[in-house]
Amino acid sequence: MIFILIIAGVLFIVLTIAAGLIYIERRLLGLWQDRYGPNRVGPFGLTQVVADMIKIFFKEDWVPPFSDRPVFVLAPAILISTILLTFAVVPFAPGFNVLDSNIAVLFFLGNSSLGVYSIVLGGWASNNKYSLLGAMRASAQMLTYEVFMGLSLMGVVMLADSFNLREIVEAQRHGWFIFPQFIGFVIFLIAGIAETHRLPFDIPEAEGELVAGYHSEYSGMKFGMFFVGEYMGVTLISALITLMFFGGWLGPAFLPPIVWFFLKTAVFICFFILLRASLPRPRYDQLMGVGWKILLPLALLNILVTGALLLYFK
Amino acid sequence: MFSILRSLWYTFLHAFHKRETILYPEEKPYLPPRYRGRIILSRDPDGIERCVACYLCAAACPVDCISLQAIEGENGRRYPAFFRINFSRCIFCGYCEEACPTYAIQLTPDFEMGEYNRQNLVYEKEHLLISGEGKYHGYDFYKVAGIDAGVKEKGEGANEQPPVDVKSLMP
Repeated sequence: MIFILIIAGVLFIVLTIAAGLIYIERRLLGLWQDRYGPNRVGPFGLTQVVADMIKIFFKEDWVPPFSDRPVFVLAPAILISTILLTFAVVPFAPGFNVLDSNIAVLFFLGNSSLGVYSIVLGGWASNNKYSLLGAMRASAQMLTYEVFMGLSLMGVVMLADSFNLREIVEAQRHGWFIFPQFIGFVIFLIAGIAETHRLPFDIPEAEGELVAGYHSEYSGMKFGMFFVGEYMGVTLISALITLMFFGGWLGPAFLPPIVWFFLKTAVFICFFILLRASLPRPRYDQLMGVGWKILLPLALLNILVTGALLLYFK
Repeated sequence: MFSILRSLWYTFLHAFHKRETILYPEEKPYLPPRYRGRIILSRDPDGIERCVACYLCAAACPVDCISLQAIEGENGRRYPAFFRINFSRCIFCGYCEEACPTYAIQLTPDFEMGEYNRQNLVYEKEHLLISGEGKYHGYDFYKVAGIDAGVKEKGEGANEQPPVDVKSLMP
C-alpha cells in the first residue's frame, strides 16, 4: 500500500513540476528580459498551465498521411516513459523513492540513452526533411554527450564507492562532492544541457534553421508530450545534479529533507532557464568539436586524477 | 568562457531591473497629441463644419477608405452631403490630414475602436463630426478665402485687397 502511495506521489510531483515549469519558465524568461510573461489567467497568471492544457488537449491530433503511423504515434511515448522510469530510482528523501537500486546511476544513463530513440524515431517517422535533419543532429549530439556524461559521474561513483544514489548522498555528509569533483560537475552540467537539448544546445530543434526540428510534424497532445518531456528532462538533470554533487536532501535540520532536495533542485531548474535567457546557440560543428576535443579528454583526465588520488590516500 | 559567465551574470541582474511592459488595459500609455488615431471632422469657430468637400482627402488616401459627395448651400458654400470613412481599411497614415486645405479632417490620439461587427467600423458624417475645432483654434477657411460665402464680403478678408473695378481706367 505504502509502495503504491509512493509511486503515486512521485508521479504526481514530477508531472506537477513539469507542467508548472511551462508557466515558471515563461515568467522567469519575462523577468530576465524586463517584461512580465503570462499574468492574465488567474492570480499572477498561475492558471495559465490549465488554459494551455485545455487548449492542447482540444487541438486536432493530426497524424500526417505521409508519416510512418505506428512509429509516429509511439515516439513521444518513448520519451515520456524513459524519463518517468528514471525517476523511479531518484530518492527524494530518505525512504521516499520507488526503487532503492544498486545500479541507479547506470539505470539513469541507460534510460537517457534510450531517450534518443524517441527523437530519432519521431524525426524519421515524420517523413519530413527538417524533422530528419533535427533527428540526425539530435542523435549525434546525444550520443556524443552521453559518452562523457557517464564518464563525468564516475569520479563521484569512485568517491562514494557505490552506484546507489541513496548511498552517494549519504557519502556527502561531510562535504558535498562539488568540491572534490568540480570538473566532473561542470562536465555533467554541460552534458546534461545537451542531453535534454535545452537552449543553448537546442540544435535538434533550432527553430531558426529547422522549423521545429524533430517535432515539426507533431501537433496536439503528441507535441505536448515532447514539450512536457523536455521539462521532465530538465527536472531530472537538476535532481541528479543535486543528488550527485550538492548533497541531495542533506541540509541544516530546520527544514525537512525533502524541502532541501526540492530547493536545491529548483535552483538548478532556474539555472537552466537562465541559460536559455542569456546564451545564443552554438554552431553544430562547434558543439561536436567541444564535446570530443575538450570535454571527453577532460572527463577522462578527471577520472584518472581522482582514481590516482584515491589510491594514494587509501 | 569568461564571456559566457559574464553574459549569464548580466542577464541574471536583469531580475532587479524595472520592467518595460505597460500593462495596457489597466495602464494607458502616453500618446502624444499628434499621434495618428481615429479620424474626426472639426468645425470652424462659428460651429459650422469646416469641410468644403474638395475631395483632396479621398484622392490622397492610399487605401481609398474615404468617400464623400459634395453639394452646395444657398450662399455658395460647399459641404459634403455624406462623408464616410471605412476604418476597417484605414491605415492611419495621416495623408488626408496633410491634404486637407481647411483643417477639417484631423487625426486624434484615440485608437480604441474595436468592434464585433465589421460593418460598425464604417463611420458616417454624424459619427465623424465633433463639436469643437480640434487642433487648430480660431481658423475659418472662409475668412481667408477669396469668395463670399456668407462669412465676409468679397475683399474684406485679413490679407485681402478690395476687388479691382475692371470698368474703371483709374489706377
